[in-house]
Amino acid sequence: MKPSAETLCLGVESTADDFGVGIATFNGEILSNASAAYIPEEGGIHPREAARHHAEAADKVLGEALSKAGVKPRDLALIAFSQGPGLGPCLRTGATVARALASYLDIPLVGVNHSVAHIEIGKLETGAVDPVALYVSGGNTIVSAFDAGRYRVFGETLDIALGNCLDVFAREAGLKHKRGMPLGAALEKLAADGEKLISLPYVVKGMDISLSGLLTAATTLLQKSENRLEDVCYSLQEHAFSMVTEVTERALAHTEKKEVLLTGGVAANRRLQAMLSSIAEEHDAKFNVVPRQFATDNGAMIAWTGVLAYTHGLTTPVEESFVKLRWRLEKVDVPWIK
Amino acid sequence: MDKVDSQTLLKKGAEASLFLANWHGRKVIVKARFPKKYRPSELDEKIRSYRTAHEPQLMHEAKKAGVPTPTIFSVDMKNAAITMEFVEGKQVKQVLPHVSMKERQELCVRVGVLIGKMHRRGVVHGDLTTSNMILSGEGKIFLVDFGLGEKNTEVEARGVDLHLMKRALQSTHYKFAEECFKHVLKGYSEVFGAEDAEKVFEKIREIERRGRYVDERKQA
Repeated sequence: MKPSAETLCLGVESTADDFGVGIATFNGEILSNASAAYIPEEGGIHPREAARHHAEAADKVLGEALSKAGVKPRDLALIAFSQGPGLGPCLRTGATVARALASYLDIPLVGVNHSVAHIEIGKLETGAVDPVALYVSGGNTIVSAFDAGRYRVFGETLDIALGNCLDVFAREAGLKHKRGMPLGAALEKLAADGEKLISLPYVVKGMDISLSGLLTAATTLLQKSENRLEDVCYSLQEHAFSMVTEVTERALAHTEKKEVLLTGGVAANRRLQAMLSSIAEEHDAKFNVVPRQFATDNGAMIAWTGVLAYTHGLTTPVEESFVKLRWRLEKVDVPWIK
Repeated sequence: MDKVDSQTLLKKGAEASLFLANWHGRKVIVKARFPKKYRPSELDEKIRSYRTAHEPQLMHEAKKAGVPTPTIFSVDMKNAAITMEFVEGKQVKQVLPHVSMKERQELCVRVGVLIGKMHRRGVVHGDLTTSNMILSGEGKIFLVDFGLGEKNTEVEARGVDLHLMKRALQSTHYKFAEECFKHVLKGYSEVFGAEDAEKVFEKIREIERRGRYVDERKQA
């Protein structure tokens, strides 16, 4: 069945190193999910260079998303974009593309919170309804659950994000970014061959965690030749993942919810999946993990969250579509959840 | 280990399970930290034994500072279990939403006084939430759950402790979190001394600026 014109949303994602465009129907079917990743020559993401990459890739990624979905721009009913939080130059590039499309096609525009989108795509793809969500990526480490109109933040990192911790360590260890193999995946592969657990800082404060001391300590281990790289990778993962798992379990015990959702880029890690699955089982909760293609930043999650917002009366006039670099999860109304 | 019989599970928490038990004719709580399958056993044992050994010490220290905490009867390191006094009452979490504004503010001031006394003595709690405060039948507020606490007199540690309290209020009592936290700080200042308290409050603001995506964070 060809989707009808009133029921298609195109979503643009550009908060950090990925530029993504996805198309979703109003019924929650993902028709396409195209993306292009900015891979720095060395070091981490340079916001302006990433933004330049996004501007150059936009045309190609848009075309790919439309052709994969088999639709024409005129078939679209709604444009959604990632309005924040994220890196300014990157966000602005995506917003510009979205505004231009909405204006040209004369259809509504809706700004979407990136963190909410990671949770919503996880729910859509796994069927989870009211989970305790652990959202872990390069920029975020958040334990959240819905209560009274919003996703409340129960725990988060006090300093760096989990994905950032793993990425920085991986670069320090000399691991290389390969196409189709993120740094985190290379680290996971090495860690799987780890045998010896080396003691590292384990910092849980209430429901929050701190990872910067762990990163420094693990990086220092690299300088000593007696440590096998596999063991250091293993020890880093075990400590970091145990910390996020502990706080997720605390939120689960506190809220007494019956579902756990693992989402965000680091959700692709099998070891982390196993740990969260274990605590879900402990508390008779169902464990859900976002499928790999929707784990990292992507346009489909923005398109789907745009649908949810729009069908519940939300739109963003172009003159109010400025990007919000610091748009916290708990500041967003989510009227589509009862 | 001392004989504990007729155990009934009261609460299966994330960090430990609480059992109501009978110990020499007395109603007690047995707090047991069971092994967590998700983490490697070396790490698991380290965490459980560290917390089991430290929690009673910190509770005792807090008590000396004038902060009501359950009396410890025995510690079983082998099974990572602590037997302690059963405090009958309600969690402050359950009480707060159902009292008048005046009573709520008074409760928060009292909580702040307790935190101030505890910090003065060099103890940070590590998990200040309204679930970890029990309003006893006689109207005393008991602090429990010191498993994540430590002996620490640094302004940073105190700031984080209060920051966690604020965060817990925001996630659990979002309707009056601001008001409650303001009164907690008021009580804290009373016992901690306005000048020293201000240093801690400045630290809380600094910690918030460090946080992710907060308005307080300055543009680079």
